[in-house]
Amino acid sequence: MIGQMLFVPLLALVYLACLFMIAAYGDRAARLGRRLGGPWIYTLSLGVYCTTASYYGGVGIAMEAGLAFLPIYLGPVIAMFLSPLVLYKMLRIAKAYHITSIADFLAARYGKRSKLGILVSCIALIGVAPAIAVQLKSIAVSINLLRSGSVHDAPALANDTALYVALGLAAFTILFGTRQVDATERHQGMVLAVAFESAVKLVVMLAVGGYVVFWLYAGPADLSARAEAAGLDRLLTFDGTGMSGTDWLLMALVGGLGFLFLPRQFQVAVVENQDPGHLTRASWALPAYLLLFLLFVLPIAVAGILQEVPVPDLTILQLPIDHGAYALAVAVFLGGLSAAAAMVVVETIALATIVSNDLVLPFLLRTGWLSVAASADPSRLVLLIRRLAIVLIVLGGYLFFRLVGAHLTFIEFGMLSLLAAAQFGPPILIGMYWRDANWIGAMIGLCLGFAVWCYTLLLPAFVTAGFGGEELLARGPFGIDLLSPHSLLGFRALTPTGHAIFWSLLLNVLGLVLGSLLGHATGLDRTQAEMFVDVWSRADATRMWRGEVRIRDLRDMLQRFIGPERTAELFAADARRLGVRLPLEGRADARLVQTAERQLARAVGSASARALIGSMVKSESIGSRNVMEILDETSQLIRYSRELERKSSELERATQELREANRRLREVDRMKDDFMATVSHELRTPLTSIRAFSEIVRDNPELTEEERENFLGVVTRETERLTRLINDILDLSKIESGRMQWRSAAVSLATAVRDAVDSVTPLLDERKVNLTLDLGRHDLAVQADPDRLEQVLINLISNACKFVAVGKGRIQVVIVETGDQVELRVEDDGPGVPPGEREAIFGKFIQLGDRLTAKPEGTGLGLSISRQIVEAFGGTLRVETSRLGGAAFVATLKAAKPAVDAADAAE
Amino acid sequence: MTAPATAEDKRILVVDDEPNIVMSLEFLLRKAGFQVETARNGREALDALDREPPDLLLLDVMMPEFDGYAVCERIRQDQRWDRTRIVMLTARGRESERARGLALGADDYVTKPFSTRVLVEQVRTLLGVA
Repeated sequence: MIGQMLFVPLLALVYLACLFMIAAYGDRAARLGRRLGGPWIYTLSLGVYCTTASYYGGVGIAMEAGLAFLPIYLGPVIAMFLSPLVLYKMLRIAKAYHITSIADFLAARYGKRSKLGILVSCIALIGVAPAIAVQLKSIAVSINLLRSGSVHDAPALANDTALYVALGLAAFTILFGTRQVDATERHQGMVLAVAFESAVKLVVMLAVGGYVVFWLYAGPADLSARAEAAGLDRLLTFDGTGMSGTDWLLMALVGGLGFLFLPRQFQVAVVENQDPGHLTRASWALPAYLLLFLLFVLPIAVAGILQEVPVPDLTILQLPIDHGAYALAVAVFLGGLSAAAAMVVVETIALATIVSNDLVLPFLLRTGWLSVAASADPSRLVLLIRRLAIVLIVLGGYLFFRLVGAHLTFIEFGMLSLLAAAQFGPPILIGMYWRDANWIGAMIGLCLGFAVWCYTLLLPAFVTAGFGGEELLARGPFGIDLLSPHSLLGFRALTPTGHAIFWSLLLNVLGLVLGSLLGHATGLDRTQAEMFVDVWSRADATRMWRGEVRIRDLRDMLQRFIGPERTAELFAADARRLGVRLPLEGRADARLVQTAERQLARAVGSASARALIGSMVKSESIGSRNVMEILDETSQLIRYSRELERKSSELERATQELREANRRLREVDRMKDDFMATVSHELRTPLTSIRAFSEIVRDNPELTEEERENFLGVVTRETERLTRLINDILDLSKIESGRMQWRSAAVSLATAVRDAVDSVTPLLDERKVNLTLDLGRHDLAVQADPDRLEQVLINLISNACKFVAVGKGRIQVVIVETGDQVELRVEDDGPGVPPGEREAIFGKFIQLGDRLTAKPEGTGLGLSISRQIVEAFGGTLRVETSRLGGAAFVATLKAAKPAVDAADAAE
Repeated sequence: MTAPATAEDKRILVVDDEPNIVMSLEFLLRKAGFQVETARNGREALDALDREPPDLLLLDVMMPEFDGYAVCERIRQDQRWDRTRIVMLTARGRESERARGLALGADDYVTKPFSTRVLVEQVRTLLGVA
């Protein structure tokens, strides 16, 4: 078997992940402003009508009652053929007034009554539970069948599996549909995924049909011959259904109404519709889709009977398994998962929107609890409510499954939900064409219809499930036969389902009509009614607004729900319309209020929007006013505190930066101070000698000639020293301040070295130093200032001179070419520079040498200046150990095209 | 009443790392009649002090190894040299340094470059030589 414990659940998860990716792709496209849904996608998304109740249950009912599976699909076909009249108008109305759900539609049509919204929400919540239950059941049962192979064990095991399935689907739906509350309530990604699922279940259905007809049997002729031989031709006749013509009509009617007014159908057909023009193709493509979907239902049913499949509802899964076509069985499972997931996702998202916009938010606003709940901005509260609603709706489906699940066929579950949703048909359809239909009539009609549904369809389901009350079912309450759930007023001509349809819709319509005629309609009822009925001419018309709203209140309200930017845009547009300057003040006129309400409706639905606007009008009503104030304060406080937090961290950062800058400044200041003190010391020292010896010569005429010459020699040398020092300091200060005038030329290195050597010859001779040159190519050049380069060379060579031993010291100047770099090395056999001081010696006034003996001559600035000059040429100057044993000062420079070459080229 | 001391009795130690300055001070002080000894840094100065404590120390502040402050501090911690006068010489004319020298126990403080006549007079005064 395909019974590995985790294979099937894992496969299901992988498939759901794929769907999620499709949806994410669609959502991203939507965020980028691209629209993915064309008429085909729209058509396929309408296919969400075919849930597992159709997918598995269609064959199930066909095996028992033949063509009885058909009428609930005839309804949608008729509805699509009539769509230019009905669906098109619904679309126009929904778009004109920013309708977000079916409850919203009804509430808006009937004077924006939140009472009506609440009633619709409750009906939808209860009515949809059976349909969700059947999805959970079918997935759970099919998983267990795939795993165990035995259909008998499957239902028993299904309870737990169904719970996991329920939780999984709820989580999936939350991820899928409530990542953000978008103003339009559109879910492009979801629609894309749903369309994909519709395609998958159709393909699988066709594959199973083909497999059964052409693989298990030798084609349609063979199958029908065998069916005839087995006496199954009754399945193909009208009489074989056990239904009267009235039953057929009623079933078709409820199918059509359900197709239009199930929350999920309204969602995909109306709310998610991107272009009413898509209806043109959908009006024939959807019937075609249904035809293909149902094409093989009867043949498979016949095969199921011939092969004695134990559970009719699972025939399409059982047949491939029995014949070893496991891959097909898995495909069937995935098709069923598609049908179920699509239904659950769309239905719960639609319902969650209804619950939040028409049930919870109006309730919170009215009771004043919103202030307590509004710990964050309202859109997050809305998201939270929707997520909770999704979980509760799916768990409600699970509860229904546990209570009555074992005793209903798949199609019976589906029928329960269809008829519940069909109750919305009369108030919507009649309300779209009859302007006198009012909210009192709608309330009465809905209540009656829903009550009859509960009594004639839901109650018997519970009785069948063993909750007692068989007595009531058979003979009516208190033995009053006329009130029996299956034969009200003794009406027994129909099947129980047809009976329920007949009575519920009849009383619904009667209630609506009589209630509307007798009840009193207020002004707003009338306006709204006219806006719906005359949508073609009235959509953009200005409506009278009774009541006064301050513009400031309106602005504050809008900012909380649609954000400051959109609000500002809206008010700017209004100012342009009125030809006045911003900011707008005083009382809002009708048109502004209407615009604002429409914007709010896009975010929270029209009933909530109405309640919000209303709360501003009735400003003397303490309750709602308090709510708004508290809500206002909370969200503004939160915004302020976030702002404050941001500002204070910015401030802290700025302070930190300032402190750092200050520290650097002090450091620079201290370095400058030290430098000045050092300069002062270096200048005063020669001055001291000069002054002392000058005074000695002045005050001591008796000095010998030799002494006098000696002392004046000191004065001369110290004066020279002072001059060098001043020159160096000036050089350094020019380089560092960027005021040095650099010449730039291609300088032959060999020539520069020879010139420098000429300058230091006296010093070399004096100390009897052995200097050798190894200069390489004559035309090797660098881009530099020739005078400054010579200054560096003189500096390095005379530096070396001072440190080598007098009389036997050796100095070598070497030029090494490495790629586009040139290394100029001045090497000596002196004491060298210890590694720890190799950077320090390039500092200012740093002098090495035997400190216990004589101070080296020089200013202590030479190396610092040399390095800065070399760096100004784009090179580096460092010291390392020489091959001669002493120090090697290495200047690395970028090679330039030699000037000689340039001259040659020019000739 | 004791007769004023004569310059010939007084021994002066000149400490500076700048040979020309040492040479000029040695010439000036000998000319004034003092016995003069020289040292080129703080370490040599301490060695000379150990051998025979001088009456006065002309002490440069900025020297490698032991600088003038360190030598001054060392002398004032040792009782043997209680009677030795100290004159600090500095090329860094900062008031804070002058205060530091005096706080460490120097008797006088001279900023370079100095007037040779004034310096010799200061030395005579400190040693009580007429």
